[in-house]
Amino acid sequence: MIIKVTTASLRQIKWHEFASRFLLGGAITAIAGLIAKKFGPELGGLFLAYPAIFPCSATLVEKHERQKKERLGLHGVVRGKNAASVDSAGAAMGSIGLMIFAVLVWRLIEGHNSWTVLGGAGVSWFAVSFLLWRIRKIVR
Amino acid sequence: MVSAFAALGDLFKPKSFAGLFGAAPSVALASLALVLGKEGRSYAAIEARSMVAGAVALFVYASWVSWLMMRRKLPALRATLLSIPLWFATAFGLWYVWLGRAR
Repeated sequence: MIIKVTTASLRQIKWHEFASRFLLGGAITAIAGLIAKKFGPELGGLFLAYPAIFPCSATLVEKHERQKKERLGLHGVVRGKNAASVDSAGAAMGSIGLMIFAVLVWRLIEGHNSWTVLGGAGVSWFAVSFLLWRIRKIVR
Repeated sequence: MVSAFAALGDLFKPKSFAGLFGAAPSVALASLALVLGKEGRSYAAIEARSMVAGAVALFVYASWVSWLMMRRKLPALRATLLSIPLWFATAFGLWYVWLGRAR
């Protein structure tokens, strides 16, 4: 399976769709901070993995896939749902990478350079997620 | 940062690979960077420990949403929004069992 970079899907996205994700992302970052301030970091930390823009992104994937089919004169409802489902399955694999990210930050940040730990944990998130994605592709 | 990761996901094909970016540590990186400057490393470490429970909940949530759309053919908006309570139940349940009792 070859990974392709394409700007076609970016061109499909309207400005208000970008704006909604920008606002939701900013809002959940602020809410996580407020919860941590009011109830402590033990509770606030949960929201660092809240699916803030997930509904928005899945809806966009479904809509764009459906529109792509409809432009060809086909019925794209099922295709749209399937594409959003596959996208969500990818997010499930990414969330295992996110667990590794959190464990690394939790265990290492107090004894090492903070920015190195955050950077390394970010790289680890991608490496673990990518590896799981490859394994799933090979196994299927 | 959250929007940047979302846009990055839009750039890639196939969809299963692009989906990885739906669970990118975007909110975490933005929040932890802010927290490190204001509250220090110990505070960030405590947040990250709780985040493990949140990430497990995200795995359960994303897998369930994927199943609902593929097998039950639910529209994306309905599947994702109706499943939000599952994230809360899993995250808070784990938090209570793992961290709440330890306090």
